Amino acid sequence: MATWQLVQYVVTGITVGSIYAIVGLGFTIIYSVTGIINFAQGEFVMLGGMTAFSLIGLGLPIPVALMLAVVLVTLVGVVFNLTAIRPAGRASSITLIIITIGGALFIRAVAGLYWGRDAVALPPFSSGASLSFLGAYIRPQSLWVIGITLVLMVVVYLLLNRTLVGKALKAAAINRRAAALVGIDARMMSLVSFALAAATGAIGGIVIAPISYASYDMGVMLGLKGFVAAAMGGLTGVWGVFLGGLGLGLAESLAAGYISSSYKDAIALIFLFAVLLIRSRRLVAGEEAAA
Amino acid sequence: MKKVVFIALALILVIGIMPFTACGGAEEEYKIGAVLGITGFNSALGEPEKQTLEMLEEAINDAGGINGKNVKIIIYDTETDSTTCFTATKRLIEQDNVLAIIGASSSGVTMAILDTVTDAEVPLVSLAASDQIIKPVEERYWIFKTPQTNSMVVARVYDYLSDQGISEVALITASDGFGALGLEELKDVASTWGMTIVADESFDPDDTDMTTQLAVIKGKNPEAVICWGTNKGSAVIADNMKDLAMEMPLVMSHGIANRDFIDLAGEAANGVIFPAGKLLVTEQLPDDDPQKDVLLAYKADFEYLYGEGNVDTFGGHAWDAFTLITDAIQSLVDEGKEVDRAGIRDKLESAELVGISGIFNMSSTDHLGLTPDCLVLVEIVDGEWTLAEE
Repeated sequence: MATWQLVQYVVTGITVGSIYAIVGLGFTIIYSVTGIINFAQGEFVMLGGMTAFSLIGLGLPIPVALMLAVVLVTLVGVVFNLTAIRPAGRASSITLIIITIGGALFIRAVAGLYWGRDAVALPPFSSGASLSFLGAYIRPQSLWVIGITLVLMVVVYLLLNRTLVGKALKAAAINRRAAALVGIDARMMSLVSFALAAATGAIGGIVIAPISYASYDMGVMLGLKGFVAAAMGGLTGVWGVFLGGLGLGLAESLAAGYISSSYKDAIALIFLFAVLLIRSRRLVAGEEAAA
Repeated sequence: MKKVVFIALALILVIGIMPFTACGGAEEEYKIGAVLGITGFNSALGEPEKQTLEMLEEAINDAGGINGKNVKIIIYDTETDSTTCFTATKRLIEQDNVLAIIGASSSGVTMAILDTVTDAEVPLVSLAASDQIIKPVEERYWIFKTPQTNSMVVARVYDYLSDQGISEVALITASDGFGALGLEELKDVASTWGMTIVADESFDPDDTDMTTQLAVIKGKNPEAVICWGTNKGSAVIADNMKDLAMEMPLVMSHGIANRDFIDLAGEAANGVIFPAGKLLVTEQLPDDDPQKDVLLAYKADFEYLYGEGNVDTFGGHAWDAFTLITDAIQSLVDEGKEVDRAGIRDKLESAELVGISGIFNMSSTDHLGLTPDCLVLVEIVDGEWTLAEE
């Protein structure tokens, strides 16, 4: 086996893993605050990519279009929380999770009707040929993906751990009733977590659209992979999901390179299965604590 | 009293249903049915097919129909669903009493109605690709189709590559149904064309990055890469090959024969070669090409009605099906024979037509009647389709 190939597999694995980590971040944010696994997370990613495409199509300058797309998708997250999650009140986590699946199907169907079935491409953030090192190649956009993932992780980490809002979010996550007693509105915190998850999802959709295109159904696959990344990371910490994403991306890439690309898609499912077996007790325990 | 009411109700019911079941007798017009995937997964196929049929119906009736008798096209949407298609087909046969049926748009949905039309003895002209629709021909007495098959496309690709003196190829195929069918055929006939497959990789069309698979291929040093998939995955591959500085020829399938592929892949689309129906490069065909006039006329008519640049291969398949059936009716009328389902079927089996998808020569052993040379190799140059030199 040639060294350049190994380097190439690792580069690809890290790029793809960063994408999974961004998607997984949204799962983690919402789960740690509300105990809900939000299966509409992949749709937020899709909405980010597709909305950005439409706004660029309207003739807006690209940076403005991208930022506006993030704002719009954040609003979708807020509306989703207000119209679908909040009315369910104190329903069990399972009920809320099923509501998010319904929401995902709804968003996907509307997107399919509005944008059609065809994939669309966004322009890369910076032009230029791919960079070569050790015989392997890396695209400028891959560097953007990896860089933005890191920045996003740090920002979310600081937000959760170093700000008042973050402390309130954490408090609501640890014990809703006690948090309410000190004046933290749990419903407000749920809303904030959805807004934050929608925003990170949208950013994810925007950074990957130049390399893998955007289409109305992209949320299905990304949602699954992002969930596996988040579950591997334990669904609570920012760095856990980052490592989970990178682990999954690297495992997929190395498996496709050294075993067979036919088995690549099985990797995520095997990981998911393993995580559910090993971590199921912990996930359930976390759920009880949140309730 | 109750009894009277019951009888009255029964009578109303019988009278109410009568008009629907009454059939037989001379029809006012020639009715042809169509079951198309206008909505759902196949909407990209069904929509231009429907537009084409409506255009042709109007054209033939404006020109006086077939010897003064109008042609009526009855179109139902299958919603790309086998069950819906089955119900619609039943309705076409039993209530609308059509002479022949066109459709469905895709192979899976067509398979669902083969038994129905065979049992009812109604000729069916399918617009779907799979070979299995018309094979084995003994069991497919009533079934015909117009699109080129997968095996022709593969034959055309290998033919082109061997002309270029290439014998070592790497395959990278989509893990969906389209890619799997392509892979099977590519592997089956590789040896007959003297091709050695040095790498066989697959990709999920939804994947974000295919550089790993391409790095494996690059390590095997093939003379050319053959990619079998539809727009999105194929565009990622074209892009990733540029990223990895892979210079060998990239040959793709007919799954990318549309503008969207070029829009998606952008710069990376340049240099990609793929087999397609001649409609894509109509203007560039040599003037002595027997199909050129037909293609130019269809393109002009379609784009006049539905917009510049909108003509596509799928509508062409519907053009062929409609023309085959109306030609069959015309020749029955000319010969003074009765126009019925069996008569149309017999005429279809001996049909000869210079059509959009190719030059048809149907026979009792071949219910498609096309040869691989109905496909041309197209190269994308500066974002435009260009007839490739051979």
